Amino acid sequence: MLNIIGKRKIYYAMSAIFIVASIIALLLWGLKFGIDFKGGSLLEVAYSDNKRPETNQIIDSLKSLKLNDLRVSPVGDSGVNFRFRETDEATHQEIVKILGGNIEERRFSSIGPTIGTELKQKSIKAIIIVLFGISLYIAWAFRKVSRPLSSWRYGIVTLIALFHDLIIPVGLFAFLGHFYGVEIGTNFIVALLVILGFSVHDTIVVFDRIRENLKRYASLDFAPLVNQSVNETLVRSISTSFTVLLTLLALYVFGGESLKYFILALMVGIFSGTYSSIFIASPLLISWFKVLNKN
Amino acid sequence: MTPSYSPDKLFKLDAAKKVRFTIFAIFIVAIIAAFFIYPSVWDKAVNKINVISPVALPNFIKVPFKLGLDLAGGTRLIYSADVSGVKGQDASSAMSGLRDVIERRVNLFGVSEPVIEVEHSASQWRLIVELAGIKDISQAIALIGETPFLEFKEQRDDAETQKILNEQKAGNKEYLAQDPYFKPTNLSGKYIKSAKVEFGQNTYQPEVSVQFDSEGAKIFEDLTKRNVEKQLGIYLDGLPISAPVVREAISGGSAVISGKFNIDEAKKLAERLNAGALPVPIRLISQDSVGASLGQDSLNKSINAGLIGFLAVAIFMVLYYRFPGIVAVAALLIYTTLVLALFKLIPVTLTLAGIAGFILSIGMAVDANILIFERMKEEFRAGKGLGFAIDDGFARAWFSIRDSNISTLITTLVLYYFTTSVVKGFALTLGIGVIVSMFSAIFVTRSFLKIFPVSSLEKLPWLMGIKHLNSKF
Repeated sequence: MLNIIGKRKIYYAMSAIFIVASIIALLLWGLKFGIDFKGGSLLEVAYSDNKRPETNQIIDSLKSLKLNDLRVSPVGDSGVNFRFRETDEATHQEIVKILGGNIEERRFSSIGPTIGTELKQKSIKAIIIVLFGISLYIAWAFRKVSRPLSSWRYGIVTLIALFHDLIIPVGLFAFLGHFYGVEIGTNFIVALLVILGFSVHDTIVVFDRIRENLKRYASLDFAPLVNQSVNETLVRSISTSFTVLLTLLALYVFGGESLKYFILALMVGIFSGTYSSIFIASPLLISWFKVLNKN
Repeated sequence: MTPSYSPDKLFKLDAAKKVRFTIFAIFIVAIIAAFFIYPSVWDKAVNKINVISPVALPNFIKVPFKLGLDLAGGTRLIYSADVSGVKGQDASSAMSGLRDVIERRVNLFGVSEPVIEVEHSASQWRLIVELAGIKDISQAIALIGETPFLEFKEQRDDAETQKILNEQKAGNKEYLAQDPYFKPTNLSGKYIKSAKVEFGQNTYQPEVSVQFDSEGAKIFEDLTKRNVEKQLGIYLDGLPISAPVVREAISGGSAVISGKFNIDEAKKLAERLNAGALPVPIRLISQDSVGASLGQDSLNKSINAGLIGFLAVAIFMVLYYRFPGIVAVAALLIYTTLVLALFKLIPVTLTLAGIAGFILSIGMAVDANILIFERMKEEFRAGKGLGFAIDDGFARAWFSIRDSNISTLITTLVLYYFTTSVVKGFALTLGIGVIVSMFSAIFVTRSFLKIFPVSSLEKLPWLMGIKHLNSKF
């Protein structure tokens, strides 16, 4: 049996490093919001027969249109992405006309800033509701557990574990945004919400076992009981996360380009979710228990 | 444990006969679902049988998957509507009228199943238009953005009608564009003050009352005087919406259109008249267009990734859990079939994110099986007979399955109600996946485990993936 509870300070320290790094990345660089959030236009075209001109050439050809904040980046072998301020349909048609006949327009989005602001608010609202909805549900599902910790403390510990799982992918994307220009859009928010759902999935399984063992081994002390419960559910937690990571990996490698970062966020989040449910959530119960007993 | 939640109580599966019946039923449903997803297999078989069969068997019902814009290719346009010209309580009805106007225009493009929605959020009115597989987006945008035009036309006399019809038959180009039955007047939507639904004082039937302004009242009086007992055509964007017969000359600028319409039809007519009278200007604030080839590309890649993901999970399950792993893979296959059939049946609009949600749900569906198997192995190792180990393993795992799935359902519900339509697709597929996976754990996996050849498996512990057996066996 692994002594997870006994070595909890090591696990806390490991998480603390990642969390602090994430917070620093977030404060230092912030997140790079895509057009979903701040408004703007994105045009994706593909040139036929390897006739893609040099990026500079393309920029020069579009100069007459005076597009604001134009950024042109080649994608893959034949694609080019254009990013600029939101524009009207007439300008869009002008651009396509200038780029010429040997392009295929693969995607065009132009999003007004109001929509973006709204989406930001909606996303934050959704995340907060999910966090509290899940914590309340846990407090309710464990309502019959009152000894040695009351059920709402399980809810709070879950909430802490969930923050842990959110902040790490957010930090990663602050890093990716700064160094690799990775932008976050609606999909990133979805990924965060899924991570929340999945991570709590894991935490519940462990807590559920603690709940059961509390009934079974009434004489056992709380710390060894929690340690035993974590160990008993260890294989299951790892197996499950492994299968989900397998499907995600398939999506990452073989799925479309447009979902790559969405899947990456999910993979990182699910990994940290599994870690937190084993090494953070249950040990936190014990830490809390010890603090309470000292007083 | 609360017995009322126990699946044993909810789904009595104890008698061996019942289990066999359940499994039989599961297979039948799964096979029907499989044909529903992929009817061409059935059709091919039927075509071969029909050659020799005395009774011709029918082809399977064909329902296509509903693909979202990002997979089918198409355009999503979001317009912000300025309802400041409309009084507060009428905004909803004005938007509904606008929706109707836009829908009629979009239908001209022959787009299959256009989606036009009115969205009201934080004192802003929006109109969302989704057009699948449209080529000329800029023309569509131009057409949608036009101000609605309402006009009144009067009937031509018979001689005139006949003349135009004859000329048109003869192919005289000058007459081709002309309406042989109605001619334009100078009465248009701008003279209408308002239109609303009322109920006739004697008939109690719904009617539409129209109020003209003072200038409009004069034109209308003239028009009705000329056309007593004749039809008056009302056109919106050049297409007829109503053609009431004038009973008498109407002065005072207030008219009533009565007829055999129900309340909905009356409401619609009133909305259309208002749409022409009080145009609600709209402004394009967001556009998202995906080329058909990019959509097809994404779809193929997702399907490919899904298959590979499924295969990887199946291999892992069989290698790690042995015999129960095979059971889990069978349950997973049935799960996948049922979910895909539900996607067609409901129907769920599949988007790229939605497919990702579904693939993710495959991973999560395995979780229920893993929970049951781990529990089962534990009970088995503790010295219980396999039959009891299966029962207890399932009963104990159930609480974890229930609680964890409910928390995922909370997430999907929040996603569904608080976010935009792109995310809704993801939430819906994940939510359906979670619900079906609970069903699959309770019925499918459980029934399969119930018909385990318990006594022979107990002699072959490696098939159960257990190395250290209790000395009892």
